[in-house]
Amino acid sequence: MDYSGNTPLQQKKMLAEIGLRSLDELFQSIPEGVKLKSSLNLPKQLSEIELVRELKDLADKNKSTSDYSLFLGGGYYDHFVPSALKYLIGRPEFYTAYTPYQAEASQGILQAIYEYQTFITLLTGMEVSNASLYDGATALAEAAFMAVRINKRNTILAAQTLHPEYLAVLKTYLAGLDLTLRVIPHNEGKVDLKELKNYLNKDVSAVILPQPNFFGIFEEGEKTASLARKNGSLCIASVDPISLGIISPPGKWGADIVVGEGQALGSGLNFGGPGLGFIACRMEFMRKIPGRLAGKTRDERGKTGYVLTLQTREQHIRREKATSNICSNHALSALAAAIYLSLLGKNGLRKTAELCLGKAHYLSEKIAEIPGYELKFQKPFFKEFVISSPHPVSKINRKLLENKIIGGLDLERFYPVFKNCMLLAVTEKRTKEEIDKLVKVLKSL
Amino acid sequence: MSKLIFEKGACGRNGISLPEMDVPFQGVGGLIPKNLLRKELPLPELSEPEVVRHYTNLSKLNFSVDGNFYPLGSCTMKYNPKINEELAALPGFTQLHPYQGEESVQGALELMYNLEKNLSEIVGMERMTLQPAAGAHGELTGILMLRAFFKDKGESRKKIIIPDASHGTNPASAVLGGFEIVEVATDNSGGIDIEALKKVMNEEAACLMLTNPSTLGLFEENILEVSSIVHKAGGLLYGDGANLNALLGKARFGDMGFDLVHLNLHKTFAAPHGGGGPGGGPLGVKKQLIPYLPVPLVDRQGGRFFLNYDLPGSIGRMRSFYGNFLVMLKAYVYILSLGEEGLRKAAENAVLNANYLRAKLKDYYELPYKKICLHEVIFSGSRQKAKGVRTLDIAKRLIDFGMHPPTIYFPLNVPEALMIEPTETETKETLDYFIEIMKRIAGEAEENPQLLHQAPHNAPVGRLDEAKAAREIDVAWQASG
Repeated sequence: MDYSGNTPLQQKKMLAEIGLRSLDELFQSIPEGVKLKSSLNLPKQLSEIELVRELKDLADKNKSTSDYSLFLGGGYYDHFVPSALKYLIGRPEFYTAYTPYQAEASQGILQAIYEYQTFITLLTGMEVSNASLYDGATALAEAAFMAVRINKRNTILAAQTLHPEYLAVLKTYLAGLDLTLRVIPHNEGKVDLKELKNYLNKDVSAVILPQPNFFGIFEEGEKTASLARKNGSLCIASVDPISLGIISPPGKWGADIVVGEGQALGSGLNFGGPGLGFIACRMEFMRKIPGRLAGKTRDERGKTGYVLTLQTREQHIRREKATSNICSNHALSALAAAIYLSLLGKNGLRKTAELCLGKAHYLSEKIAEIPGYELKFQKPFFKEFVISSPHPVSKINRKLLENKIIGGLDLERFYPVFKNCMLLAVTEKRTKEEIDKLVKVLKSL
Repeated sequence: MSKLIFEKGACGRNGISLPEMDVPFQGVGGLIPKNLLRKELPLPELSEPEVVRHYTNLSKLNFSVDGNFYPLGSCTMKYNPKINEELAALPGFTQLHPYQGEESVQGALELMYNLEKNLSEIVGMERMTLQPAAGAHGELTGILMLRAFFKDKGESRKKIIIPDASHGTNPASAVLGGFEIVEVATDNSGGIDIEALKKVMNEEAACLMLTNPSTLGLFEENILEVSSIVHKAGGLLYGDGANLNALLGKARFGDMGFDLVHLNLHKTFAAPHGGGGPGGGPLGVKKQLIPYLPVPLVDRQGGRFFLNYDLPGSIGRMRSFYGNFLVMLKAYVYILSLGEEGLRKAAENAVLNANYLRAKLKDYYELPYKKICLHEVIFSGSRQKAKGVRTLDIAKRLIDFGMHPPTIYFPLNVPEALMIEPTETETKETLDYFIEIMKRIAGEAEENPQLLHQAPHNAPVGRLDEAKAAREIDVAWQASG
């Protein structure tokens, strides 16, 4: 099926109008030397019935959370996605539209983006949010670039407790502009503020702090932001949006730019993408924020409407002087986030955060009671924590998988010193029964 | 406009049902230090029906491919098949965590492996990264790779050559990769100015970023000469594959001499645009650039698929995890639905449709390049401008007839540009209606310019004041305001 509707007779008529005799003549501008002469090595075309079978076969080769209890986190979490949300983002008026270049024909998505931007400011305690970025890692890299544009310094300090893949992306991005990335070591799972002081100098553009960090632990946001400010540097916070249901927002403790992965806000797991990158900042930095912004205005009759605004920052006008190269963003994921926060509201988000907090602590306590197991870091955490175990993580996870449980992340993968350490995440979706079962399997090893 | 979601709802309303805490819980205060606790959470409180009605009504204010002809040039707004959406919603794909053990995600990895193979075959490249989340992200990936490539060769090439008709993302990405931009002009026939290229393509230039077919809807007829000039000077040829739709099954970037090319899954391969994303911008490369690809790649050992991180020369990571998996899935389903024959037919009908519009409208609007075009046709509103009607007015008037305007004022080298890309999924009947309306608007420009200046007349809002939006910035609702 090629989804085109022109019949052979219509094609003939159209060619006649153009003054050509064959479809081949349409491609006469392609030099003979590069015209494709042989056929492509592609799989054979499938009917819809065959396609469904083919893709279901592939899906069946995967072990999904429909059949397994998931305790994996590490930046992507198994949070609940309400049915109403799935239904709404499935409306083709939203998902089959383009970027709203023509505002009068795109008021739906523009107002939704304006609402999304507002939600992000309310959640983070910041004043400006853009219309979205790709994911948490690229949002962080964009924030680093933004800081460099603001204060023209060339070094970025990042906590070692940041997501290792975020650090990797930062490294790749910063290399392009010959900027320096320095990593502040942690002490027992948390940024060492004494070390941070040693790293601060007049070249430091920004300090990046995760809150909570990759190990689930809460960092010293206020002290870090204050140290950065005294050094004339900015503070960039990378946050878990669900935690903001109960945790003080970065705007309150002194961050200048806030970024994060918004996958938890209604996007689902999707094997890692698409999720949502969000970025927000204080008002004074608005003109330095990358990507698109929806703004409120009026029409000729005084009626309120929304448009893409401050486009003079963007690449289709500024070209090489643009604040970033972002064109397509993650608008539909941003819409999902707005709908998610509308459905949950004040009480739903708070309760979701509390459920994560409570259940994660229950699991951590139960595991710590098993001989040989202990909590690696004795510090306050949110929904994720590290346990050290008497067994290799791979062995534990094999056993768990046999019991229909997908266990935690083997930390040795990112931190070779953390042998037999597992990062476990618990969301509001996990039940006491599932948690108790995990504990039982660990005991049986 | 409809009220904002923040102006709706009432204290105590709830749009979600969550389970009760089923484990012993000492309360938030017992687990989190007091100074970390949030005092206020200023979110609205709404019922589920309220939320559903609010966003359903918002959706009705949007033009979309399902509801409207949407000939946005360079955006390839083709139909998004429903089977793709249905299959992308299978729990076996949506409910997978990216850190699950490879043995538990073999189906997902196999899909990515196959998609990479298929896309590489379609454009004639050796390997491809599926990681980039959008076209511009693919561009940046390519730029960082060629920077690493020249660094390894010990060559200091600081410039990237970009034609004046290129997408704005090209220069923006090149600058983020640490390069300076050298612009080359377009010649009278719509191709790159060969003599100008020869002058700037030297040992300081790392690459030429070329869109083919160009943003003028034209194939770069001197492509082999261009490729030879670039390569003789030791540079690389980068392809912006945004307009690949015209070439499916007809010609391949690899065969034209391109060393690397990015594609847009949300354009050519029918993944939806989602009102601005998420998209997918895979980047394909020839052999000498494979060592620099981002990690991980999906590889195969016997019957087993795995994530390969063992690439010592890699530029590193371009994002977290592996890319926009569900977008990849839709592109894969699209390729399987069409097969080679269907892809070729898609290109043929896309080009036929664009040329049909060209032939039928050329007497009414100025046609800057008077020759057969490929996937899109560029007109100029210069005749109408002489009557005081701008391209913007023409665009807004189209909205009155239920059609999304084409891309306007781009490419920059065509004054008052109207860039029309109908795509293959529109029928002759739709095109005929569009032609009729475009003729009518050309008439209105002569007889009643005022009507166009005030358009749109029956959209949810009249023409919006963009200057006011930029002057009196309001990008977030405030309780007081």
